[in-house]
Amino acid sequence: MSAMWLEVTTAMKARTMVRHFRESFKSIGRNSWMTFASVSAVTVTLLLVGVFVLIMMNLNKVADDLENDVEMKVFISLGAEEEIVQNLESQISDMPGVESTDFSTKEEELTDLVLDLGEEFRLFEQSNPLFDVFYVKAVDPQQTEKVATDIAALENIQKVEYGEGKIQKLFDFLNAGRNVGLVLILALLFTAMFLISNTIRITIVARRREIEIMKLVGATNWFVRIPFILEGMWLGILGSIVPIGLVALLYSKVTEFAQPRLTGELFQLLEFTPFIYQVSALILMMGVFIGIWGSFMSIRKFLRV
Amino acid sequence: MIQMKNVYKKYPNGIVALNGLNVEIEQGEFIYIVGPSGAGKSTFIKMMYREERPSSGQMFVDDIDIATLKNRKVPMLRRQIGVVFQDFKLLTKLNVYENVAFALEVIEEKPADIKKRVMEVLDLVGLKHKAKMFPTELSGGEQQRVSIARSIVNMPKVMIADEPTGNLDPETAWDIMNLFERINKAGTTVIMATHNQQIVNTRRHRVIAIEGGLIVRDVAGGDYGYEG
Ligand SMILES: Nc1ncnc2c1ncn2[C@@H]1O[C@H](COP(=O)(O)OP(=O)(O)OP(=O)(O)O)[C@@H](O)[C@H]1O
Ligand SMILES: [Mg+2]
Repeated sequence: MSAMWLEVTTAMKARTMVRHFRESFKSIGRNSWMTFASVSAVTVTLLLVGVFVLIMMNLNKVADDLENDVEMKVFISLGAEEEIVQNLESQISDMPGVESTDFSTKEEELTDLVLDLGEEFRLFEQSNPLFDVFYVKAVDPQQTEKVATDIAALENIQKVEYGEGKIQKLFDFLNAGRNVGLVLILALLFTAMFLISNTIRITIVARRREIEIMKLVGATNWFVRIPFILEGMWLGILGSIVPIGLVALLYSKVTEFAQPRLTGELFQLLEFTPFIYQVSALILMMGVFIGIWGSFMSIRKFLRV
Repeated sequence: MIQMKNVYKKYPNGIVALNGLNVEIEQGEFIYIVGPSGAGKSTFIKMMYREERPSSGQMFVDDIDIATLKNRKVPMLRRQIGVVFQDFKLLTKLNVYENVAFALEVIEEKPADIKKRVMEVLDLVGLKHKAKMFPTELSGGEQQRVSIARSIVNMPKVMIADEPTGNLDPETAWDIMNLFERINKAGTTVIMATHNQQIVNTRRHRVIAIEGGLIVRDVAGGDYGYEG
């Protein structure tokens, strides 16, 4: 007479889920003060996370753009013959550490300039003040400086230009900023989680009797836990609404301001979409994560199921 | 259907509450658990619904060793066992009907079945007409009947009661006792820890006396055996 009753029922019924939702909403209303406190903590945390992510992702983008664009502009001395130019081009491309060379006549340069800066510059077509140039890229952007010096030493080269040293500084800054930001955010995440777990603890204590009876009459552990997990999740989601709105607003203003000013520059900010959707999704997921994690901490400690 | 083999229970504080207990209980029996205060009666009862786990020994319900039963499976065990306490353990914010229905809702029974079963057991315990009242509006005896209704609404095989009449006046205690006997007649095993000498001596059933964590007497139709 093996016992049939031992089989654990696992399928979650729809009306059970409705019940869990209802219970979790009730608690949120009932602990209004703790709800407010923990939602505020989540809001502050996620707002900082959002702004931090905006800044870091854009700095990363800028650094990437610049790194990919560490292109030397090699100005060829005025009046160099076509033969000399061809000779220079093969000399430069044969140098170790050079990835590519790209010749551009001063006429092409002017066309680019007009495209970038406007029709007024057409008036230089009368007497073009620009140089014929090579655009040269180093295989390794970190080697740019060495390659530039080598090229400058060649004959018939007027000068070599590139974004000297700025890129390394940007990378250093980026790394330092990222570490400081991460520590700050971790601290805030823990504070928010702690507050959520405290809120859930209060709910658990308020419903001790109910929980005791549920367990006594054979409610499954998940049945007992889920309302608290949901409650934590709502707190996290509520806390992510304001940050998502503010971060989106902020970034729309930033891109609105910066986009026209950065046209034609070597680097660009990330486009408003889809970047802002990704950031919003990240904020929401972190909210949900903080909420669920916070409730688990209390469930483990105070529910013992 | 219930077997204990050398069940030993030592609480974390070092107290040995059960000291190698052996017992066998058949389906449909009515059993009194008696003994002095601190003898281990409540501990014995808590073993059955796995509120406490034996420190050593085996304990079977329906041939399943519940000493080693996984925590995840404990809810399934509890659906086979109705439990009643001295202090009723009712939810004050729920009315009589809701208190009983609660036991079925949290194990995800169908709403239509819940309604039918709850009305049946409220009828059985004689509280159908008070279904809408709240626990605070009921007498102690009525509250205990609600908690009994809740314990059997899921039609468990066993009903265990730890001093169910402890908080009730003698008259009301008899009402509760009558109810237990009716539930037992319907085939449910009833195990009841009690200090009520009069009931044990009048309504004769199997008596298991526990002292110092051991069974010192186990007599079918026995008497209470201690002074008032
Ligand atoms: N949770 C616990 N932790 C530690 N010791 C406990 C615990 N529960 C009971 N005890 C101890 O175990 C022993 C047996 O207690 P138990 O409650 O089983 O006695 P009882 O026979 O039900 O007594 P009573 O008739 O007074 O209800 C007692 O010495 C008690 O102090
Ligand atoms: Mg006791």
